[in-house]
Amino acid sequence: MKAGSKVRAVRYGPVSLRLHPRALAVGAALLLVALAVALVNLTSGDFPLPASDVLRSLVGQGDAGTDFIVLELRLPRVLLTLLVGAALGAGGAVFQSLTRNPLGSPDFVGITVGAATGALVVMLILGGGGVQVATGAVIGCVATSVGIYLLAFRRGAQPFRLVLMGVGVSALLEAFNSYLIYRGRLDEAMAAQVWQIGSVNGRTWTEVTIVGVAVAVLLPIALYYGRQLTMLSLGDEMAVLHGVPVERSRIVLALAAVGLAAGATAAAGPIAFVALAAPPLAARLTRSPGAGILPAAMMGAALLTAGDWAAQHTLPGDDIPVGIITAALGGVYLTWLLIHERRTRG
Amino acid sequence: MRLRASDLTLAYDRRVVASNLDVSITDGSFTVIVGPNACGKSTLLKALARVLTPQSGAVHLDGRAISSYPSKEVARRLGMLPQSPVVPGGIVVEELVARGRFAHQRLLRQWSPEDEAAVADAMRLTGTEALADRFVDELSGGQRQRVWLAVALAQQTSILLLDEPTTFLDLSHQFEVLDLCADLHEQGRTIVAVLHDLNHACRYATELIVMRDGAVLAQGPPAEVMTAELVERVFAMPCRVMTDPETETPMIVPASRARRRALA
Repeated sequence: MKAGSKVRAVRYGPVSLRLHPRALAVGAALLLVALAVALVNLTSGDFPLPASDVLRSLVGQGDAGTDFIVLELRLPRVLLTLLVGAALGAGGAVFQSLTRNPLGSPDFVGITVGAATGALVVMLILGGGGVQVATGAVIGCVATSVGIYLLAFRRGAQPFRLVLMGVGVSALLEAFNSYLIYRGRLDEAMAAQVWQIGSVNGRTWTEVTIVGVAVAVLLPIALYYGRQLTMLSLGDEMAVLHGVPVERSRIVLALAAVGLAAGATAAAGPIAFVALAAPPLAARLTRSPGAGILPAAMMGAALLTAGDWAAQHTLPGDDIPVGIITAALGGVYLTWLLIHERRTRG
Repeated sequence: MRLRASDLTLAYDRRVVASNLDVSITDGSFTVIVGPNACGKSTLLKALARVLTPQSGAVHLDGRAISSYPSKEVARRLGMLPQSPVVPGGIVVEELVARGRFAHQRLLRQWSPEDEAAVADAMRLTGTEALADRFVDELSGGQRQRVWLAVALAQQTSILLLDEPTTFLDLSHQFEVLDLCADLHEQGRTIVAVLHDLNHACRYATELIVMRDGAVLAQGPPAEVMTAELVERVFAMPCRVMTDPETETPMIVPASRARRRALA
């Protein structure tokens, strides 16, 4: 393979930016793919609509019937898919870079399991629904993350300890989640189990707002700290030597990533695989070093919208939760990753 | 003195490596720290570069406690080549050297002409230009060491600390790196290096710091401090100190096996 992509300097007066043209092109292409699939998803369903009618509705020129189907029924789901995918991709990129581990994504280190615990407690013990479940998921997510951080903290939080603690905490919480479902009433347990698969079916503007706010606030913060994240990947010592405030940067980045994962999980349940696979897949395309938060976000959005299309079309007449599709793809990806790692390690 | 440590207690968790340690680095010197394994020389270097926080005492840089500076401010004055940096995957040499400019960059000044010039200079001085497009994790140990040196040089600090910069290098590359340090020193930088080879140390240092068990036993020009008694006391190695015929600096010749056996 030819060495990494070239860098271009863009200078204007005192402003100078360091750009990776290839990474920008890949990001833009992935965004276009995501939007194109999103458009296809807006046209398809029980009432197929031509793309032209959908576009007319989107710009406020449609008739009342089309408007209702597009703007009320389908748009929240499609937007949710894009935003959740982007949040998972970006959160995964930050986590994998912070832990310097391809398995260090929020779904692997127990953070989304913690979100599920929070949601299940609300559903099965407190008897809440809707926004309360989302709140429970966010609280569960943040509490689990803080717990893992404190457990792993020893002369600073070492990345590998974070992953190990995360896997351990994850196993404990899985057991607790199973117990909650086991002791629940049948109908509640069913609903909780479906929530745990992760789905964008029947979501409303409320969920869109939850994940939308998370992305709007936290993605810029993560991007702002992107250069620090790149330096942290050289090791703590090197980062200190080059003037990175290590512990502060790490906490800000981790909180932003936890928040992104929390927002996504609160809105759509714990959707597997996207946070794990989007960053390395994007990095393969951009061939640029560094965390690549933005391309990972675009890749996440493209993957999840494509997954949702597949969820609607795999089984005729059955709209299965997108979490099933991503979990299946995740299994394939993980197998490939393990085989590939073994080969490259000799 | 721009860089000075006073009354340091250095420890990893509860294992104390040094206590009541006072060290001053002479401005504009090429200081070489020598001592047996585990004597605390690398630990001292880490404390001087604020990578390791002392349990007590303080390191002062330009008259202020180093811990009171904003992180980037220190990184613009003092750089260090650590002993075994993490080798990141998927990154090419030029990109890695460019990261050495972090302390000089801001969100909207990510790649100024000065950055570009500093990276080009650092790569030229370390002879790594030909490696620019190679992946760092595919390089040999010696090439990698020169790349890391380039990263530290790109930082353009007037004080440069080097922790065993000649490890992994064959003889000619060892001298290349030492010559480069000497050049940088002649250009006015303060160099502090940890070296294992006493003869290299005596040839290049303007000042030696000799350590044992976390304490400084001697500090001064090699010709003044390097004696057979000191080497034997510090390294438990009988030897003779002669004059290096090339440089007229002290040259340590360890006693033969037979003589050491006779002395034991």
